[in-house]
Amino acid sequence: MDQFTLNLLFVGASFALYIGIAIWARAGSTSEFYAAGRGVHPVTNGMATAADWMSAASFISMAGLIAFTGYDNSSFLMGWTGGYVLLALLLAPYLRKFGKFTVSEFIGDRFYSSTARMVAVICLLVASITYVIGQMQGVGIAFGRFLEIDAFWGLLIGSCVVFAYAVFGGMKGVTYTQVAQYCVLITAYTIPAVFISLQLTGNPIPALGLFGSTESGEPLLVKLNQIVTDLGFAEYTAAHGSTINMVLFTLSLMIGTAGLPHVIMRFFTVPRVSDARWSAGWTLVFIALLYLTAPAVGAMARLNISELMWPNGTSGEAVSVEQIETDPEYAWMATWQKTGLLGWEDKNGDGKIQYYNDQNADLQAKAAENGWEGNELTNFNRDILVLANPEIASLPGWVIGLVAAGGLAAALSTAAGLLLAISSAVSHDLLKGQLTPNMSEKSELLAARVSMAAAIVVAVLLGLNPPGFAAQTVALAFGLAAASIFPALMMGIFSTRINNVGAVAGMLAGLVVTLLYIFLHKGWFFIPDTNTFTDADPLLGPIKSTSFGAIGAAVNFAVAYVVSGMTKETPQEIKDLVESVRIPRGAGVAADGH
Amino acid sequence: MSQTNDTNAYWSANVRLILISLAIWALVSFGFGIILRPLLAGIAVGGTDLGFWFAQQGSILVFLALIFFYAWRMNKLDREHGVDEE
Repeated sequence: MDQFTLNLLFVGASFALYIGIAIWARAGSTSEFYAAGRGVHPVTNGMATAADWMSAASFISMAGLIAFTGYDNSSFLMGWTGGYVLLALLLAPYLRKFGKFTVSEFIGDRFYSSTARMVAVICLLVASITYVIGQMQGVGIAFGRFLEIDAFWGLLIGSCVVFAYAVFGGMKGVTYTQVAQYCVLITAYTIPAVFISLQLTGNPIPALGLFGSTESGEPLLVKLNQIVTDLGFAEYTAAHGSTINMVLFTLSLMIGTAGLPHVIMRFFTVPRVSDARWSAGWTLVFIALLYLTAPAVGAMARLNISELMWPNGTSGEAVSVEQIETDPEYAWMATWQKTGLLGWEDKNGDGKIQYYNDQNADLQAKAAENGWEGNELTNFNRDILVLANPEIASLPGWVIGLVAAGGLAAALSTAAGLLLAISSAVSHDLLKGQLTPNMSEKSELLAARVSMAAAIVVAVLLGLNPPGFAAQTVALAFGLAAASIFPALMMGIFSTRINNVGAVAGMLAGLVVTLLYIFLHKGWFFIPDTNTFTDADPLLGPIKSTSFGAIGAAVNFAVAYVVSGMTKETPQEIKDLVESVRIPRGAGVAADGH
Repeated sequence: MSQTNDTNAYWSANVRLILISLAIWALVSFGFGIILRPLLAGIAVGGTDLGFWFAQQGSILVFLALIFFYAWRMNKLDREHGVDEE
């Protein structure tokens, strides 16, 4: 059986499973559509939240970004897990006690203002749509690879599948489907990593293999440092970027994690307040299984790629074009070339492909000596690394098929969760909550589905010119959530002083400055060449657009505090509401706000 | 009135617990993983230093321990102050 058929088989079988579950658990009422009747066990909920959370960014993109940067991209690892501490300690139990369906409902009630609710909906939509763009990038790459077509067509086909898929279920269908997706994606991520770790270090646990030793007794990371520096790249384990930027970037991802509506919504679906606390812990357990493996995947893939390009060692001859075209060990390069995400070119016509850093002075000298005319591995999209990884390590065909299915599971589960958050924001908060309160349940469901379709179209249009690799696009979404939603939620619970005007001013200020900073660096609405600054030379010192969310959040807190101090005090009944949210006793089943 | 006092005591105990937990949260990630990494450079871990391990794996393990500790401690606190869900 050839690889294409095998991929098709694995992807097809996993899809049949998800769709089967979605049909079995179809949502009948609006309350089931949004919150699954709150009958979900913390461990089940944790697993579903983990699947919801670990998207194309975590699965497809993150290890590749770590592989090519090394230590400096540890921010992704700390940021996307550390946010759960904030969520568990500062938000989840209180929002569950409050007992409504959506994040914006809490903001609307706590800040006794329909304007606050509207602003929250807008913040949520901006963050979620940016997030969906990143997911669609991942979907495009995964479909492009497994159908062996250009990533552009992969994106179009993928978006149709995502839509068809998200529209069928509500949260209930999504919850159980996501449990299945979690199982598929974690298996798909772990199995190749175990194989590769065994090959390189003899240790079956990749997380330990990363700090283990290779056959020669040399530690893996020492060997990797040696090879990459030989090729003129930055040392893998050393810090190269600005410390301030790394701290702010990590913080943005953490705060953003705790401000993302589709993750927070999950904690509304557990039966009790104490379950909300446990649930956050279980979620992180399931996430950590992937996140502890990811740095190993990155480092080992980087080593494998470097060794493939220099089969005779870095002081020997580079791999020949002929070998790339005929040796089955290099077959993955031809397959990935079809997606337009991998490319090489024999610039000096010596029949070999020299892969090195042509910006490095030492290597330029070496290149001049040997007649190299620049790096010949001209294009290596970071986002292909995880999907290509089993092929790079020459693992069996079924592993490659499994990884394709896992990548799609990751992208689909998150896209579906986000679309659900977007549709509930539009139909439940905006239409039913504000514009047309007398809407029937049936038309609310219809509106939910129409807004899902609209969100996909917008995401695909903007996703054609993505502002970065998938994980970077997603990082921007986190910055936006960090700057707008999280501070409002936290102040709503921990301060009785912040009032309606303060909260609205804070959210708007946080959202606007962050959006502005992102657009100035990434182009207006991500349209190429409309940017004034670049992340290589940012407006504010070392602070890149992906790290600005933490500053945006600080602006939000400060503005809310100052404005609240100048305006009328919070009324007594709101202070009582805050008091009641703070203690678990009396948490009933959550109810619809209308 | 005693009800309110007890609620206040419960809330300040909670806030104290949160502050301690967040201090540890920041220490392992921003501290050991980033800012204090040069200070830990002497401690070797598998071909690199302890700061690298904290940045890529250690902090995640501490985060996990923190969340479960907090959940366990709070559930106990809920009962002690009589504010648990009956």
